[in-house]
Amino acid sequence: MLIIGGITLVVAGMIFGDVFAVFVLHQNANRIGAALMSATEAVASKDSASVLAQFANIGGMLENRGTKVDAHVHMIDFGYLALLLALIQPYVALTEFARTRLANLFLLGAVMLPASVFLIHYVGLSYSPLSSIGWASISADLGGLFVIVATAGELIGLWRHGRRNSTQIESPLVKPRETTWTSRTLLTGGTLLILAGFLHGAFYAVVDLRNHETQDQIALETMINASVAQQNSAARNMKDARTVVDGYGMIQAEKAVNIAAHSHIIEFGLLAILLAFIQQYVFLSERWRRGWAVVMLTGSVLLPAFVLLELQFGLIAGGIADAGGLLVIIALIGMLVGVLRNKGQVAETEGASA
Amino acid sequence: MSGSRKVLIISGVALALWGMGFGLYYALFVEHQTLVKIGGSLATSFADAASGDVIASRAALQTYADTQFDYVRSVDVHSHWIGLAMLLIVFGVAFDRVQFHENRKLLLAWSLVIGSTMFPLGVILQTLDRGLIPQALAAIGAALVIIALAIIALGFRRTEKGS
Repeated sequence: MLIIGGITLVVAGMIFGDVFAVFVLHQNANRIGAALMSATEAVASKDSASVLAQFANIGGMLENRGTKVDAHVHMIDFGYLALLLALIQPYVALTEFARTRLANLFLLGAVMLPASVFLIHYVGLSYSPLSSIGWASISADLGGLFVIVATAGELIGLWRHGRRNSTQIESPLVKPRETTWTSRTLLTGGTLLILAGFLHGAFYAVVDLRNHETQDQIALETMINASVAQQNSAARNMKDARTVVDGYGMIQAEKAVNIAAHSHIIEFGLLAILLAFIQQYVFLSERWRRGWAVVMLTGSVLLPAFVLLELQFGLIAGGIADAGGLLVIIALIGMLVGVLRNKGQVAETEGASA
Repeated sequence: MSGSRKVLIISGVALALWGMGFGLYYALFVEHQTLVKIGGSLATSFADAASGDVIASRAALQTYADTQFDYVRSVDVHSHWIGLAMLLIVFGVAFDRVQFHENRKLLLAWSLVIGSTMFPLGVILQTLDRGLIPQALAAIGAALVIIALAIIALGFRRTEKGS
């Protein structure tokens, strides 16, 4: 149940992210830029009411984008967490009934939270008993609470297992019974990807994050000053304000590509390590398994590396990043074909050896 | 289950729980008010500028920047605690494949757990104090995780050479 639920959540989250990126993200960014430009023009016209109206508009667009990003991220993370919880089930010392209930509760919360977060922008405060929190937010928080309660139950089970100090239970997924080149490469490669993601994140936090925050504030201040300078001008010239608005957009884009590269490389690393565990169930020749592992790791490096280069090299880098993502998907499909060819041989082997 | 795996898996699930608890608390009691403050102060800054009050405009912009600083770190901490927790669990599952003596693996496991807890803690403390101590905590935590990750990668690589 956790495996099927986890894979479904990851796939649904990825598809939702792609649809959002193609149909909402860029268009929304352009609309926010245009509204910000209108706000600077309203400042130059000394029209406070229009400024507030433009910011109400921007707030709505930011909420639209923010809730969709949150839904995408939570769906994928809950999917990974479900898969990890599935891996550690042999160490959860609870009855089958209790473990099934916990899995149900986890999946209910894992679906409820992102679905409700997605609806926040559309439901708003309609019929809400509270002044600032709507029904969709209440439902999302309840979903989060379900996930927390389920995870706490899993922790109690793990604790009970630890106290018993039992060593006889081992998951066939976890046992290192077969250490092929492919699974070792995926383990090492996955760990190195996570390490690279961590180093990039640390570098960004130390060198760029504070700079971006300062530049963000300076850009807004310059935007306001450029607009104020035109307040008493007979022939209004908003060229400077427009340049600053464009620069502000570039700062936001720099932040976005850095965060996207950081999170994608770490997620691909986790995925590579998880794939290392299932290699014994991929019924392909070792040559093909090696090939898919190399394709998977190549795509995992290409995507984040070229996402980072998108601002310098534009569409070419974007195309290579997309090709990297495609390589990861092709490798996953290749491995999935191997798993589908399994037809129960592993179960038979395990039964024979038991 | 070996001691190092036990440390990683139990700490990982506990850290995920802590990260989710923090997220729920933040969503319930802080986030809505913070977002209203961010949007409100930025709009006020532009509106004050439109009405010619440049000093009030700058003050509102500073409020926006300070609130945004806190918001970014609070959201980052929530996602990093949970992300690092998943890392602890996945390494807990895979740790038998790391070719080191159990004592060394236990040391690695504790380094990962301490680093994974300390790094986001240092980040969230920056919302209370922007001085050196929270930054040092975050840096030490991140360094512990990075060093442990590099050694674990080496451990997986040794498996390859050893077999």
